[in-house]
Amino acid sequence: MSSFWNIWIWVLTLGCLAGCFIILRYCLKNFAGVEEGESMGHSFDGIEELNNPLPKWWSNFFLATIIWALFYIAWFGLGAWTGISGWRSSNQGILNIAESKAKTAEYLAKDSGVLVQYDREIARANEKYGPIFDAYAARSIEDLATDAEALKVGQRLFIQNCAQCHGSDARGTTGFPNLADKDWLYGGTPEQIKETIMHGRQAVGMMAWEDALGGEQGVKDVAAYVISLSGRSVNADLAKAGKAKFGICAGCHGSDGQGSLALGLPMGAPNLSDNVWLYGGSKRAIEESIKYGRAGVMPPWSNILGEEKVHVISAYVYSLSQD
Amino acid sequence: MRNKHEAVEKNVGLFFLFTVLAISIGGLVEITPLFFQKETTTPVDNLKPYTALQLEGRDIYIREGCSNCHSQMIRPFRAETERYGHYSVAGEHVWEHPFLWGSKRTGPDLARVGGRYSDDWHIAHLTDPRSVVPESNMPAYNWLNKNTLDGNVTAKKLETFNWLTRNRSHKDENGNAIPLYSQAEIDGAKDAVQGKTEMTALVAYLQSLGHALK
Repeated sequence: MSSFWNIWIWVLTLGCLAGCFIILRYCLKNFAGVEEGESMGHSFDGIEELNNPLPKWWSNFFLATIIWALFYIAWFGLGAWTGISGWRSSNQGILNIAESKAKTAEYLAKDSGVLVQYDREIARANEKYGPIFDAYAARSIEDLATDAEALKVGQRLFIQNCAQCHGSDARGTTGFPNLADKDWLYGGTPEQIKETIMHGRQAVGMMAWEDALGGEQGVKDVAAYVISLSGRSVNADLAKAGKAKFGICAGCHGSDGQGSLALGLPMGAPNLSDNVWLYGGSKRAIEESIKYGRAGVMPPWSNILGEEKVHVISAYVYSLSQD
Repeated sequence: MRNKHEAVEKNVGLFFLFTVLAISIGGLVEITPLFFQKETTTPVDNLKPYTALQLEGRDIYIREGCSNCHSQMIRPFRAETERYGHYSVAGEHVWEHPFLWGSKRTGPDLARVGGRYSDDWHIAHLTDPRSVVPESNMPAYNWLNKNTLDGNVTAKKLETFNWLTRNRSHKDENGNAIPLYSQAEIDGAKDAVQGKTEMTALVAYLQSLGHALK
């Protein structure tokens, strides 16, 4: 803060307080030339004004607020002066996260003499919850998945951060995967789940296939064949025609539609033979997927939640498909 | 001594003047200096101007009144930073005109919503919030899928932002002040948004929020 604005704040604030005090004193004097309690010499509609002083309780209370203000300023500071307490709500001058962390560390080292309320709150929370998460981080995800207490923590974090897409029961909805059905796009081992949450997933993406399949009919043929892969009954002729065109799909979904995971590829191309449908399993929905393409995205959470929390969420998600 | 009260009590103009003077001191002390502080006028390191599409999305955010229910201001309390991320700092908002901090949270804070959900989720959620969050009481904004942008005034908007931020301008890699938007960006603004749906623009805006503090 430049000295101009510092002086500006000091002069206006203290001037205002001094002004209040002077005006209060002035108003307590009797200028009317009339004894207290006597008539001011005029009346309206029979109501007479008397020369009454300001009530004592009121003027004393006003005086008390002025004195209170001086103590308040001394404790919390004024302008560039941080006051006796050195209090501050947060580190507002920071330009990046590294600076924010450095300032917090500076406070925690307790050599800055500044009392940052937010940092103090976080330090207290870390003292309390840090050891719990440290203990969880030291254990494997399989192990945590059998710990009822850890799963409760994981569920809370899941509901807060993941339920918006995957649902509060983790059973997903159209376009957002069910996490409790043992059917995985990127793998259901503890490591794969953690990797997915930490760094997110970007499906290689299914393009719009209508043109490449020779128009509407091609889409219908391939849809019929894809439905038949799950053992559902379809028009055999359409399915046969679709099978002939399925070659271009096999690059991602595999020659039998078994999905990219079965091929060991992290592409996110679903298994088409298990009758589990991310974007709907009706004929219409499957035709739409083929016609317009699909590309799911899982956002990365490492920067938002940090590894320790992701570890616990991974255990929760892993536990959902273990029974 | 004469009763000077009378002069104020019987003169409305004078009384008004003294009232304004008394009320303005709080603002002069608490607000005016903020316009001139380094802390409140320096952009954070990674602050980027909105693209033409994001800027159009921002105007839709304003038009639909999103800030009536969603704040963009994470306060420095653990309860907030655990949920939303690092508390908001002034340097993230130096190019905002008007700022969209909001003052009410019927829905969650959106200051760092960018990147938390996929584009698909935003589209599903804006089209029909209940389809992904059953207990949501947010209105559906399905017309955003139908309305398209013509981009007729997009270039003007970019120019206006250049003017509004003339004293807190962008810096090039050598630290020299440059306008937020170059002439090439202004010229290309119409093409960048024309024909896109309002949904695309709004999602682009939402996905841009909160990445400046890294």
